[in-house]
Amino acid sequence: MSAIDKLFMRLKSEGKKAFMPFVTAGDPSLEFTAAMLKRLDAEGCHLAELGIPYSDPIADGPVIQASYTRSLNGGTKLSGIFSMACEVTAEISMPIVTMVSYAIIYRMGIDEYLRQAIAAGISGAIVPDMPVDESDELAAKCKLLDFSLIQLITPTTPRERAVQIAEQTTGFIYYVSVTGITGERTELPPDLADNLKWLRSVTDLPICVGFGISKLEHVEALKSVADGLIVGSAIVRRIAAATNEQAENEDVLNDVGEFSQGMLTAINA
Amino acid sequence: MSSHFLPQPSPDASLPDEKGRFGEFGGRFVPETLIAALDQLETEYFQSRKDPAFQAELDILLRDFVGRPSPLYFAKRLTEHCGGAQIWLKREDLNHTGAHKINSTLGQALLTIRMGKKRVIAETGAGQHGVATATACAHFGLPCVIYMGEEDIRRQQPNVQSMKMLGAEICPVTSGSRTLRDAVNQAMRDWMSSVEETHYILGSVVGPHPFPLIVRDYQAVIGRETIRQSQARFGRLPDAVVACVGGGSNAAGMFYPFVAETDVPLVGVEAGGESDQPGRHASSLTFGKPGILHGSFSYVLQDEDGQTDDVHSASAGLDYPGVGPEHSHWKSTGRVEYRSCRDNEALAAFDLVARNEGILPALETSHALAKGMEVAKERGKDEIVVICLSGRGDKDAGEIQRLKNEAATRPN
Ligand SMILES: Cc1ncc(COP(=O)(O)O)c(C=O)c1O
Repeated sequence: MSAIDKLFMRLKSEGKKAFMPFVTAGDPSLEFTAAMLKRLDAEGCHLAELGIPYSDPIADGPVIQASYTRSLNGGTKLSGIFSMACEVTAEISMPIVTMVSYAIIYRMGIDEYLRQAIAAGISGAIVPDMPVDESDELAAKCKLLDFSLIQLITPTTPRERAVQIAEQTTGFIYYVSVTGITGERTELPPDLADNLKWLRSVTDLPICVGFGISKLEHVEALKSVADGLIVGSAIVRRIAAATNEQAENEDVLNDVGEFSQGMLTAINA
Repeated sequence: MSSHFLPQPSPDASLPDEKGRFGEFGGRFVPETLIAALDQLETEYFQSRKDPAFQAELDILLRDFVGRPSPLYFAKRLTEHCGGAQIWLKREDLNHTGAHKINSTLGQALLTIRMGKKRVIAETGAGQHGVATATACAHFGLPCVIYMGEEDIRRQQPNVQSMKMLGAEICPVTSGSRTLRDAVNQAMRDWMSSVEETHYILGSVVGPHPFPLIVRDYQAVIGRETIRQSQARFGRLPDAVVACVGGGSNAAGMFYPFVAETDVPLVGVEAGGESDQPGRHASSLTFGKPGILHGSFSYVLQDEDGQTDDVHSASAGLDYPGVGPEHSHWKSTGRVEYRSCRDNEALAAFDLVARNEGILPALETSHALAKGMEVAKERGKDEIVVICLSGRGDKDAGEIQRLKNEAATRPN
């Protein structure tokens, strides 16, 4: 059983939902990312998604794109990200999964990527540009290593295909709330709750919802139909204020910490 | 009656396979959001190939609107200048809109309508694909948005003006190197949100399956005509065929019908930029490695972490770090030889062809001409070399002048 499976078993037995923040590794520095992850853990966040910056992200809106660019311009390398993760995961209790392009995994080699990720204490991966049809090899290797491979289902996914994706997925299902790219939305699609209820009826896996979620109203609307909520751009936008000044970064950590605390309270109120 | 211009059963009908793979290359590495649309596109495309009404409509457009077949022209003075094999030019520059791109945009615009989609988006580098897309959209009354990097907007102004006059909306792309690769990213992001009512008319044989298949098939009219024209003129096939490779659509269209004719050497020409240093060229097949970019597995210029390299070419249409997956397959099987051509060699070929033949070739095409002349020099006078003259160079006049001034004032 992976750390993610254990997390959701525990939450289920406690009748709780997961709050899952997304942060870009190395934005603006790996030291800051380490401090941010520790802070999110201390606030009681249940899981963190660590975005591995990529030069050509097609599923990402301007906020996350810009964070990737800042990180890469700052010289972030995969080796540095894994060292940072290694240090952080030793100290925190929330599991970490990477959001990572298959371009990056392929270049390193699937076996080597998994070896290094596991050695760094990372529990799973979301690979947004690797649809289920291409995922056989990676999925088989992840299963052997008890490393969660979280796959995505979207509003454009036909229902039969959604069932097939659910069967291939481990850890949790990432349900993409909108037809579109990442970024804060004022409103979520009206049929979202119905789609989630349908998905609930065909799988026992935890279902977490991401893309666009940024406000307490979203939490209210979704907490009864999802097992967890993923918040990316709303956090990355706050982190964009971080610099390499220690004092100012304390403010950013507090800002993100307070925002997360608000979401955490709302989700399990 | 069989169509003159349209996709016929292919000589290697098994490729791509049902997963969109050419050997190991190709596939679909895109977000789940796009998969349903790619499935729909594939289904509709295969059905359209069997639909006589669809084929007839496209056939007539290619004849009366584009002006096909394009001539196969003997470049007499260029041949004399080189002193080797006869150089024949496949005149895609004489197509309506001045390049091969229109062959694919008309087919894809018809597919857009067939799928009931109401809006078109496209990326463009040199602007030829943007103009060809804007033209097809104006023809059919489809709204059209073109993504174009700011650097390319600067260096391909005449095409920017044409697109606007044709009613297209131009979205300048300011991210990354502000060139073709960034324009593809931005078009894909638009498509992520608009996929239900929008078709993305991709401009080359790149991207996720089925784009490399569809664009190749629509461009294969170039190679089929060349075979027919060669048989009629020479009673045999050429001794070598040369084309430039950006994403690889004019080359794939030219080469594909020749692939089964294994006696005919095929030469693809990539942009060699200024030097072999990473970042200073765009020769993905020559210097890259297999990897993922823009939804497909193919040769790509990347660093050891899988981050796409910056690239350089004087020619906006070749200034791209990836290449179509079928070219990667042809490289790995050895069926096609790929050479790399520097900016200055292409500029010299441009001048030579302009002065000796009265043809202004596109800067992209000038790369094929430079290496095509090299191939001709390697061969005897009774041999025939066909070069794909993929487009005309009016769009490049300003940029070529600027590059020349820059070279003249550069301290040595
Ligand atoms: C005239 C011309 N030739 C060649 C190219 C390169 O594209 P491809 O390799 O897809 O033919 C372009 C692209 O803009 C072009 O305009």
